Amino acid sequence: MLKRVVITGLGVVAPGANNVSEFSRLLREGRSAITRQEDMAEAGFNSQVAGSPTGYMENLDQYFTSEELLAVNDLMVLTSRAAIDAWKDAGLEVPDRKSDHVHWDTGAILGTHLGALDTVNTKLLPNVQAGKIRRIGSSAVEQIMLSSLSAKVGGLLALGNQVSTNSSACTTSSEAIIMSYLRIRHGLANRMVAGGAEGRNIFNWAGFDAMRVLSSKFNETPEKASRPLSATAGGFVPGAGAGVVILEDLETAQKRGATIYAEIIGTALNSGGHRMGGSMTAPNPISVQRAITDAVKAAGIKAADIDYINGHFTGTFADPYEIANWSTALQIEPSELPPVNATKSVIGHTLAAAGSIETVGLLTQMKEGFLHASLNAEDLHEKILPYEKSIVRERRDADIRIAAKSSFGFGDVNGVMIFRKFEKQE
Amino acid sequence: MTENEIKDKVVEILKPYVRNTDNLGSVSNSTHIITDLEVNSSRLVDVILAFEDEFDIEVSDEEADKVQTIGDAVAMIKAKI
Repeated sequence: MLKRVVITGLGVVAPGANNVSEFSRLLREGRSAITRQEDMAEAGFNSQVAGSPTGYMENLDQYFTSEELLAVNDLMVLTSRAAIDAWKDAGLEVPDRKSDHVHWDTGAILGTHLGALDTVNTKLLPNVQAGKIRRIGSSAVEQIMLSSLSAKVGGLLALGNQVSTNSSACTTSSEAIIMSYLRIRHGLANRMVAGGAEGRNIFNWAGFDAMRVLSSKFNETPEKASRPLSATAGGFVPGAGAGVVILEDLETAQKRGATIYAEIIGTALNSGGHRMGGSMTAPNPISVQRAITDAVKAAGIKAADIDYINGHFTGTFADPYEIANWSTALQIEPSELPPVNATKSVIGHTLAAAGSIETVGLLTQMKEGFLHASLNAEDLHEKILPYEKSIVRERRDADIRIAAKSSFGFGDVNGVMIFRKFEKQE
Repeated sequence: MTENEIKDKVVEILKPYVRNTDNLGSVSNSTHIITDLEVNSSRLVDVILAFEDEFDIEVSDEEADKVQTIGDAVAMIKAKI
């Protein structure tokens, strides 16, 4: 029998917020977390603004032993902070390092897009080029292996079920949540630590700048740079961070009296095959629509039941297509689309981490009963004007019972999730 | 440099890698780096690199393999400086 899967813990390190309560405040206040980045300017980037988390390298003794700190990098710190915070938020105890207890029923799928390019470029490359292989030391492999983030968290939390890292560009962490959901749904695990991370380094962002897909016309006014849905959007603002959720089957969660944020009631993962207008860098619109309809069908709901859509909206040419795909897939007139906002307008595009950070944002809004303002959308793109009524441009109170989250990535890959607020009597 | 001075520096270098800090208080030449101090064996690579930097010496892989106790480390370093 398929299990019902619920979310019992949230953790986040985002631009402008090092924990869930700071993230909630950021969204509620509608403050842009985008700031000017001197290292981008010095390196000659066209775009010199980013969503760059700060302060997350402080108080690390609350997360790691001093011995562990010798062998962690940015990506591992971001992920571990979010994972441990989510674990504690779920009311679970961080295991003692000396205890041999293993959580055989709990696993982790934690993804990344670009891995630890900073470690590769600063520790591996110079030593290899100088012929100093010994000088690489013992901890390079565990920091540059793509599974570094899931492996680290698996050790910190003594996880004994599947522990792995996934990658599907900017769909990555939504995919991680969906794969974790399916694992629990099919009874292969009782609990999963799911999400993703992207490290804060300019190597991760340089290739996008070279592609000229980053926002470069607002270097002097960073708070205006991330403009999803806007007519004057000229690319996305890159970011870094980590978002992690704890998923459990309903029975396991209820047995231990866990607080339940929401139930995942439908998901879809697919790709567009680089056909029908899709390519390595653009989504096949039919595949996007199929992902939406598949998730809605799996959830067993009607389009009209959706109270809120947290879109992928990045501030690129793709925004008008995404919103049209929602309308087409849901068979809803543009003027009737449920409320929509773009969390990237506040924090930028955190790449692999976007799906899970924005899921934390979605669940926070659901729990606290508000919709955050989509910033810099005062001048809507002409193709988005028909949806004007649905774009949340000022924060407002909202009773969100069913919400949808979409993520799309290079490679023509899509992920959609439907969440339902959990009612105590269920 | 006296043997005691070398030993103090060796212990200082090892400190961040030590997982059994209880045994740090009673370190002697016979203290085993892996079994007594619970230094992760793969980290010995980094410890040897730190010895090289601190004492300005070079340590071959064969010499590194023979270092098991604090006394082994002190003797190897003393012979090289």
